[in-house]
Amino acid sequence: MVNLIINNQKVQVEEGTTILEAAKSVGIEIPTLCYLKEINEIGACRVCVVEVEGSDKLVTACNNKVQEGMVVYTHSGKVRKVRKTNVKLILSQHDFRCATCIRSGNCSLQKISTELNIGEMPYDIETEKADIDRKYPIFRDASKCIKCMRCVQVCDKIQDMHVWDIANTGARTTISVRDGIKLRDSACTLCGQCVANCPVGALRERDDVGRALEAVEDKDIITVIQIAPAIRTAWGEDLGLSKEEATINKLADALKKIGFDYIFDTSFSADLTIMEEGSEFLDRLPEIKESKLPMFTSCCPGWVRYIKTQYPEMVSRLSSAKSPQQMFGAIAKTYYAKLLNVDPSKIFCVSIMPCTAKKHESDLPNINAVENGKDVDVVLTTRELGRLLRKYHIKGDRLKDVELDQPLGMHTGAGVIFGATGGVMEAALRSAYYLVTKENPEADAFKNVRGRDGWKEAEFEIAGTKLNVAVVSGLGNTRKLMDAIKRGDAVYDFVEVMSCPGGCVNGGGQPIHDGEDFVDARTEVLYGLDKVNNLRFSHENPAVLECYNSYLEKPLSHTSHHLLHTDHEGWNMPR
Amino acid sequence: MSRLSIVTKDKAQITIEALYKDLERRIVASPPGLCPVDLTSAFIKMCLAQTCGKCVPCRVGLKQLSKLLDDVLDGNATLETIDLIELTAESIYASADCAIGYEAAAMVLTGLKGYREDFEEHILHNRCISNAKQSIPCVALCPAGVDIPGYIALVKEKRYADAVRLIRKDNPMPVVCALICEHPCENRCKRGMVDYPVNIRGLKKVAVDNAGEVPIPACAESTGKTVAVVGGGPGGLSAAYYLSLMGHKVTVYEQRKKLGGMLRYGIPNYRLPRERLDADINAILSAGVEVHTEVSVGKDISMVELREKYDAVYIAIGAHTDKKIGLPSEDEAKGIISAVEMLRGIGDDEMPDYSGKNVVVIGGGNVAMDVARSSVRLGAETVTIVYRRTKGDMTALPEEIEGAIAEGCEVAELMAPVGIVMDKDKNVTHLTVQPQMISSIRDGRPSVRKADVPEKQIPCDLIVVAIGQGIESKSFEDFGIPVKRGAIDALNSNEIKDVKGIFAGGDCVTGPATVIRAIAAGKVAAANIDEYLGFHHEITCDVKIPDVSYDNSGKFGRINIPEREASDRKKDFEPFELGMSCEESCQEAGRCLRCDHFGYASFRGGRTEKW
Repeated sequence: MVNLIINNQKVQVEEGTTILEAAKSVGIEIPTLCYLKEINEIGACRVCVVEVEGSDKLVTACNNKVQEGMVVYTHSGKVRKVRKTNVKLILSQHDFRCATCIRSGNCSLQKISTELNIGEMPYDIETEKADIDRKYPIFRDASKCIKCMRCVQVCDKIQDMHVWDIANTGARTTISVRDGIKLRDSACTLCGQCVANCPVGALRERDDVGRALEAVEDKDIITVIQIAPAIRTAWGEDLGLSKEEATINKLADALKKIGFDYIFDTSFSADLTIMEEGSEFLDRLPEIKESKLPMFTSCCPGWVRYIKTQYPEMVSRLSSAKSPQQMFGAIAKTYYAKLLNVDPSKIFCVSIMPCTAKKHESDLPNINAVENGKDVDVVLTTRELGRLLRKYHIKGDRLKDVELDQPLGMHTGAGVIFGATGGVMEAALRSAYYLVTKENPEADAFKNVRGRDGWKEAEFEIAGTKLNVAVVSGLGNTRKLMDAIKRGDAVYDFVEVMSCPGGCVNGGGQPIHDGEDFVDARTEVLYGLDKVNNLRFSHENPAVLECYNSYLEKPLSHTSHHLLHTDHEGWNMPR
Repeated sequence: MSRLSIVTKDKAQITIEALYKDLERRIVASPPGLCPVDLTSAFIKMCLAQTCGKCVPCRVGLKQLSKLLDDVLDGNATLETIDLIELTAESIYASADCAIGYEAAAMVLTGLKGYREDFEEHILHNRCISNAKQSIPCVALCPAGVDIPGYIALVKEKRYADAVRLIRKDNPMPVVCALICEHPCENRCKRGMVDYPVNIRGLKKVAVDNAGEVPIPACAESTGKTVAVVGGGPGGLSAAYYLSLMGHKVTVYEQRKKLGGMLRYGIPNYRLPRERLDADINAILSAGVEVHTEVSVGKDISMVELREKYDAVYIAIGAHTDKKIGLPSEDEAKGIISAVEMLRGIGDDEMPDYSGKNVVVIGGGNVAMDVARSSVRLGAETVTIVYRRTKGDMTALPEEIEGAIAEGCEVAELMAPVGIVMDKDKNVTHLTVQPQMISSIRDGRPSVRKADVPEKQIPCDLIVVAIGQGIESKSFEDFGIPVKRGAIDALNSNEIKDVKGIFAGGDCVTGPATVIRAIAAGKVAAANIDEYLGFHHEITCDVKIPDVSYDNSGKFGRINIPEREASDRKKDFEPFELGMSCEESCQEAGRCLRCDHFGYASFRGGRTEKW
C-alpha cells in the first residue's frame, strides 16, 4: 500500500494506482477530458493536471502513479489557473457554437468549460477547416475535433482496425483516416465505437430523423416502426427515466404520439432469424464437422463488413440469414402489406437501432425483398430517437404503457436477448435443441454463453451431438478468434460475433455517457425481460408460427430463401 | 557628449545570447522523425527575424516564402506553389544583399532538392511522407533498440542485475557496449534541451560494473533445428545467443584462436579488458552455443558443406583485411604495417616492443587512435597521427582523439602522405607528406587541396596504416553469394536475395561499422532465421521498470566517466576508464527525462516489450 496526502487528506491506496484513481477513492474529483480508462491514458489535454510537492511542473493525474509520501493538490491556485488556460487553448481550436451542435448538453468540453467558469476567451478562435461527408453513416467535423486521440485508440486497441490515424505534423497534427483516404473508401466497419467515445461533437452519425418525419407527415404513407431489442435498455437514459420506467411500451406511446402508425419489435424478426439461422445451422452441421470451420452469425452488419475486408476467404462461413432488421423489413413489405391489403410502396419502414452500421446495411444493393424501394427505409440510432423525442417535447413522466401492435410486435425472451453478447447464440441453441429433439430444453440451459468476456466458449450436447460454440464481441477479440480458427488452434461449430464490446447494448448508436459504463446495467434489463417473458423460445412465437403457416411455409423454404436470406458476396466493400 | 564610448551589452542582449545557446542545444536535441517541411518553415521564420529590413528580397521575399511554406503545411497549396517557392528562393538567393537573405533562401532550395516529395505529399495528401513518428530518441537511435530509459531507471534504483537483464533482451553484450559503444543513443537525448545529454554509456557501465554475474534466461524448448554462424564476432555471437534462446542448436565457426572478432583483434585491452569481453562471451555461450575455433570457412570447411549440414547459415565474417594506402614502395618497405595486423597480434597477447621508436599512424578514425595509443603503451618514443584533413574532421570520437593527445600523441593535421623514405636496407626512415590547405565545402565538410608549399618529411621507424578495412568475401562469392563492391549483398532483413536459408549481416555487409550495429544485425538475423525455420519465438524480459519520479526539476551538469591520469595510464594496457560513484550515477540517472513515459511515448512509440 502507498500512503500519500491529497488536499491535506491522508490517502492509502494500492501500489500502481494513478493519482486520479487515488483521489477518486476519497471522493475528490479531478476533471479529465482526453482520458479514457485503460484505452487513452496519454495526458494530451492537460486538464487533469495536479500539483505535486517537489515538482515545479504540474503532473497529469490520469497516467501518473502515486508514490509513497507524495503530497498532491488537485485544485490549488496554480492548478486552477493552468487548467483553465489549457481548456481555453482547446477552445481556441474548437467550433464552440454549441447551440448548433448535436452534443450540446452532453459534451465533455462544454461541461469542463462550464465547471471552470471559462468566462472570457482571450484567444482568437481558429478551427481546422472541415470537409464533411454528411451523407455517410458516420462523419467527422474537423472543426470540433480536440485531438484527444480517443477515436484512434478505440479503433486501435478495442477494435484493432486502425482506421483512424494521426495526420499532418507538429502544431498541425490532426486526425484523419489512415493513409489520408475518405472514410467511405476505407475498411471502416461503421461500428461507431469512435463516435460513442468522442467527447465532443467531432464524430457523429448521419441524422435521418427528418426523412422519418416526412413519412409521418405524408397522409398516404403507413409508417411502421421496428424497435431493436437493445433500445429498451437505453432509450430512457436521455429522458431521465430509470431502467424500470423506460419500458418499450412507454416508447410505443411516445412514438404513437409523434404519429407513427404501427409500433413493432425487431425481437419478432429476431425470433424469425433463429428459425432460419438455427435450421440453416443444423443443415450445415455435417459439413461444419467435416471442414472443422464454423458457421458464423450474420446479424451484426459491422461484423459482416469486417469479415469481408479482413477475412474474405471466410465470408462463405457466414449464415446466409439476413439480420433481424432486414428480415423485419422484408416481412413488413410483403406478408404484412398483404395483411393490410396495401401496396408495399405505401409502407414506410423505420427501424430504431443501437447501431450506426445498420444505416449502411439497409442501403445494401442486394438486401431488398421488394422490387421497388427499400425494405427498411430509414434507420435511426438510439441517439436520433432521443433527439426525435426531444423535438416533440415528450416528457418521460407523461408516458403510459401502450401495447405494441400485432402481429409484428409479438416476441419471445429469446428474441429480446439478441441485444447482449451471447444472446443470439443462446436463443439459437434453445431452438436448435428443440428442432433436433422436438423437446424444449431448460430455458436457461445455455446460459454459459452469457457474460461480458470478450471471447467465450462453451460445449453442449444435443441428442448425442457435441457442439462447440464461441461468442466474441469487440473486433479486437474477433481478430484473435479468427486467427486462431485460421491456424487451426480453435475449432468451433457455431460462432456468434458482435462488433461492439458487450454486444448491441453497447452499440455505436446508443446514448453516450462519457466515462460511465452502462453495459452491465443494460444487459441486465435484457436478461430480466427474458426471464419474465412467458415465451422464451423463438419457435414458440405464435406470430412467427402463423407467418410460416400462412405465408413462408417453413424455415428455409423457397419463399423464406427469397425473403429472408441474402448473398453476402453480392456487394463489395471499398478497395 | 563623449566622442566614443565602450560598447556594453544590455540585459536583453545578454539574455538573448543565452537563449541562442538554448536554441543550439535544442536543435542538437531535435527528436528523430520530424517533418522536414515543417522545420523548413520554422527555420525561415527565424531567418525572417534576422533580416535587417533593407533589401527587398530578404525583407519581403523571406516573408513570402514563409507564407508559401505555411500554405503547403496548411493544405492551401497546389503543386504550382512549389514552383513559386523555388522561383522566389532562387531570386532571393541571387539578389539578396547579404548572407542573411541568400543563405536563408539556400536552405529552402536545399530542402526542395532533398525532400521535394515531402512537399508534394503535404500538398496532395496533407500529411508527411516520412509519417513522422516521435519515438523515444535514445531507443530510436540505438541500432539494437535497447530499452535505455528502462535500464537507466533501474540503475537509479541500484537494480544493476535487472538492468543487465533488460539490456540483454536486445543486446547480449552489455559489458562490451558499456565500455566501447559509440553511444549514438546520446546524440539526440531530449535532456539536451534542458542542459546536456544523459551519460548513457556511463550509466550502463555502472550497471555492468556492479551487477556481478547475471545468469541468462532459460532457452526455449529445443526445436531440433540447427544453425551455423560463420564468424565469432559480436554480430555472430549475438545471433547465436538469440537463436539458442529460441531453442535452435547453434554452432559458431571462428577462424582465429579465440572468439570476439574485432572486439578482441581490433580493440586494445586498455579500452576493452579481455576478462570483461570474456564475461559477455561466456554468458552468450552459456545458452548452449557450440564453438569451433581456428576453422576457416572456405578453407577448412566449405560453404556447401555448411549449407547441407545446417538448416540455416548466418554469415557474420566482419571486415578484417587491411587496406593499402598506395604509396610507392609500400610493399617492399620494412617497418610499414597495417592497423589490423598490429592489433591482431596484440589480440593474441603477442606484444611487440616499440621502445625508442618513432611511430607514425596514418588515419583519423577510432582504429587510428587505438593504434596510436597502443604504440604509446608499447614504449614508442614519439607517436604522430598524420591526417589529410583537420582534427575536427576526424571520424574518431572526440574523446578518443583527446585521449590520444593527452597521452602524448601528436596530431599532424592537413598532411597527405605521398611517399616513403627508406634506408639502404629498405627500413623506413621518413614519411613524406604534402601539406594541405582547407578548401571549399564539399558534401557538407571542408575539402582539402594541396597547399603551395614544399613536401615535408616526418622521421619515423614504423608506419601504421589505419585507413579502413576490407572484407574477405571471395569464398562466399564462389559459393554463389552476391558481392557488391567487395561487400556481401544482403537485404535489410539480412536475407540474401534468391539464396534461401543463408543470411548475412554486420561489417561484411555494411563495411566496417560499430559493435552495436553488428549486434543489431545479429538480432535481426536471429528473428528472421527463426521465422525462416518456421517459428515465431518471442524474446522478452520480465523485469518491471520503475515508475517515473516527479523530482527532476532543475538543471544539472553531465557527469562524465572519470579516467586515470594520462601520465599514469599510458604506461600499461590496463583499463583507462574508472567508474562513476553510486552518488554520481544516481544523480546522472535522475536526469533522464523518461521519454518512455512522458511525451509521445504514452500514446504511440512507447516501449517495445518483445521482439
